[in-house]
Amino acid sequence: MITLTINGAPRSVEVRGDTPLLWVLRDHLGLTGTKYGCGQALCGACMVHVDGSPMLACVTPVGAVAGKAVITIEGAGGRAMEALRAAWAELDVPQCGYCQSGQLMSAAALLARNPRPTDADIDAAMDGNLCRCAAYHRIRAGIHAAAKRLGG
Amino acid sequence: MDSLSRRDFLKAGAALGAGLTLAFYLPPARARRLAVATPAGEAFAPNAFIRIAPDGTVTVLVKHLEMGQGVYTGLPALVAEELEVAWEKIRVEAAPADHTLYNNLLWGPVQGTGGSTAMANSFDQLRRAGATARTMLVEAAAEVWKVRPGELRAENGRVIDPKGGRSLAYGELSALAATREPPMEVALKSPKDFKVIGKTFKRTDTRAKSDGSAQFALDMHLPGMLTAVVARPPAFGGKARRFDAKAAEAVPGVKAVFEIESGIAVVATDTWSALKGREALAVDWAPGPGADLSSEAILKSYRALAGKPGTVAARKGDAQAGLRKASRRLKAEFEVPYLAHAPLEPLNCIVQVRPDGCEIWAGDQSQTMDQRNAAAVLGIKPEQVEIHTTFAGGSFGRRANGQSDYIVEGVRIARRFSVPVKLMWTQEDSVRGGYYRPCYLHRLEAGLDARGRPIAWRHRIVGQSIVAGTPFEAGMVRDGVDATSVEGAANLPYAIPSLLVDLHSPKLPVPVLWWRSVGSTHTAFVTEVFLDELAHATKADPYEFRRRLLSGHPRHLAVLDLAAKQAGWGRKLPRGWGRGIAVHESFNSYVAEVAEVRVNPDGSYKVERVVCAVDCGLAVTPDVVRAQMEGGIGFGLSAALFGAITLRDGGPEQSNFHDYRCLRISEMPRIEVHIVPSEAAPTGVGEPGVPPIAPAVANALFAATGRRIRRLPIGETIRL
Repeated sequence: MITLTINGAPRSVEVRGDTPLLWVLRDHLGLTGTKYGCGQALCGACMVHVDGSPMLACVTPVGAVAGKAVITIEGAGGRAMEALRAAWAELDVPQCGYCQSGQLMSAAALLARNPRPTDADIDAAMDGNLCRCAAYHRIRAGIHAAAKRLGG
Repeated sequence: MDSLSRRDFLKAGAALGAGLTLAFYLPPARARRLAVATPAGEAFAPNAFIRIAPDGTVTVLVKHLEMGQGVYTGLPALVAEELEVAWEKIRVEAAPADHTLYNNLLWGPVQGTGGSTAMANSFDQLRRAGATARTMLVEAAAEVWKVRPGELRAENGRVIDPKGGRSLAYGELSALAATREPPMEVALKSPKDFKVIGKTFKRTDTRAKSDGSAQFALDMHLPGMLTAVVARPPAFGGKARRFDAKAAEAVPGVKAVFEIESGIAVVATDTWSALKGREALAVDWAPGPGADLSSEAILKSYRALAGKPGTVAARKGDAQAGLRKASRRLKAEFEVPYLAHAPLEPLNCIVQVRPDGCEIWAGDQSQTMDQRNAAAVLGIKPEQVEIHTTFAGGSFGRRANGQSDYIVEGVRIARRFSVPVKLMWTQEDSVRGGYYRPCYLHRLEAGLDARGRPIAWRHRIVGQSIVAGTPFEAGMVRDGVDATSVEGAANLPYAIPSLLVDLHSPKLPVPVLWWRSVGSTHTAFVTEVFLDELAHATKADPYEFRRRLLSGHPRHLAVLDLAAKQAGWGRKLPRGWGRGIAVHESFNSYVAEVAEVRVNPDGSYKVERVVCAVDCGLAVTPDVVRAQMEGGIGFGLSAALFGAITLRDGGPEQSNFHDYRCLRISEMPRIEVHIVPSEAAPTGVGEPGVPPIAPAVANALFAATGRRIRRLPIGETIRL
């Protein structure tokens, strides 16, 4: 039995400690907003926040986050995320949308530590998040728009 | 695609779109059946596409797969326009799989999404559906108020009686409207009256795709569901000689391990247990018929074939004679590799087999084919296979497969269980699983006259046929030529007096498939780079050279001019930069792209800027058109720079995004998209943005370095 704090609520799961957090979220807790894309920390679709830091759930054993605060796309809020969602809506950023949970979690982590990122900052922070639809043009514009909304 | 080629279908579609006042497309008897058969309670269901609830909510049923290309926005917009409802009132649902109601009008009696046809085949159908519903609502109001329908008008979800100064909401009229006969004919709006079409409005799926609530097939969970993965042979066509399931079965959560046609299935209570079970499985694979295949050997055999005449795909004048009398001849050979689609959501489906039928949940791009193929496995009728189409996390053609490979695999596993089974391919399974864009070799030769004008063009193509051996073969192979192998080459638009295009379609045990923009993925690259070589050989400006040869093709010319103008063609670039141009028609849409590259002294380079001009007829959803051009450019650039599946010992050498490199945000150029204003029937935008980018970039790199790119992918650096 492993106890976790997911989106602010305590949750217990009956799994082996080596089970990746990704599959615990998706298969055991029904939180499917966190996506499987590669399973090898290559695409960023499974990005979550653990104690405030971005982390790839597909290579994070659930045992390693026991007792820590995990935030997924379903529970993510706050000024940065709301500004990002507003910008995403304004610019219609997503296409297929499959990578977008990960994109938004990475972007929110970026804005939390750097409220006015440059293009180079965005490249550095977002290069781990693949988008096969290549909606990158609007992801970049969306982050800048969100930064502007935040008054950065 | 039963009897006509895709191009014929597209032509038929273009003609269909031309008439705005055609009679309603559904025979009245059938329209009545649809209205009556809908189990929607009090809701008004005037046809297969629209439901209006008593609370005024309008639900549009979309027959095409939403895989990012925007059909959940563009298609409902057609209904909203004619129905006269506010865009915000529209809800979208996936239509069920039923080719009698939801067939792709350009494909015959087949439901499916592809060939950039969603808008082209729906443009009239959904406007008529909306106009029919509006007419019936107006007639219902006329009955209530005892006035003539002609005295009333519909606006913003209400029927209004201007004289009587009264109005009724659609929701209030839905029950009464449901009792009325659908009209035989409806008049459609003139483009000048459009309020939605051609305007800027929001996608219907952005919110769900920004908060984690959008449901992809992989996200579905059904009570009692099991999860399956399959261990497949390392080489195409391989088979298990023997396997030892003991260690796999010992993994907690693993329920069953058994052999199916495509490999060894491991079924477990959850994904991780299934993956661990597969890892523990010991399989002794027998090499298949292609176990000694390698990319080098394939290209070597293609080179040998390219020395012999192939099956003629296009002939104009006498190209041989033209070459003989030319004052100058140029030759070039081009190669492009196998490409995986690698959608971020790997292939998956949920299948529940019951004694009386089968239910499937999938990001399904090819419902009718999948129904047929699933039914064939189970020995039931296709209509006993119910498909629930979810969002797809990308597809790029991969989920439209005449063999229904992943669906059939799911059915073969699920038939052994009474509970639903989710089949998941990992990304490795997806990258290694075949059904690639084929590898091709092209050889071209052109002759120039004394004044530098091209007078002859000979083009030989060698590569596997995509449709050979599939249900599409009968319709799409004519006189031995697979139309998808030569599209974009056989119809070269340039005014060259003689042309000969021929084709070799060797058979190999590597499964191949259409990949976003199909034949144009390679023919655009080859023809547009070779044309650039001719321009350079005659010291002509590549843009002006194309202009002179396109005088008979005004739509090509218009996008070429627009892209060149917006890009500032001819303007001086910084040292180390180069600019390249390419123009190409695919799926009846015309796209020109100008690329600017910056090359560093060490040979590394970056595509900095792309200016795109598109003519897709009437742009129903201009912002989706822009997004599809942006994404198409990025997707095409990904393949041009990095994309390659190479074969060794009969199997792919790549497995995941570390060795099957895809474009990242830092590699994305700045993009500007310009849409040619048009009232012509709308054509596709999902694919046509892809073809011009590889040649535009290759031509830009030539302009910057003097190095010709005749092989893809270009790679991380260019040799200086």
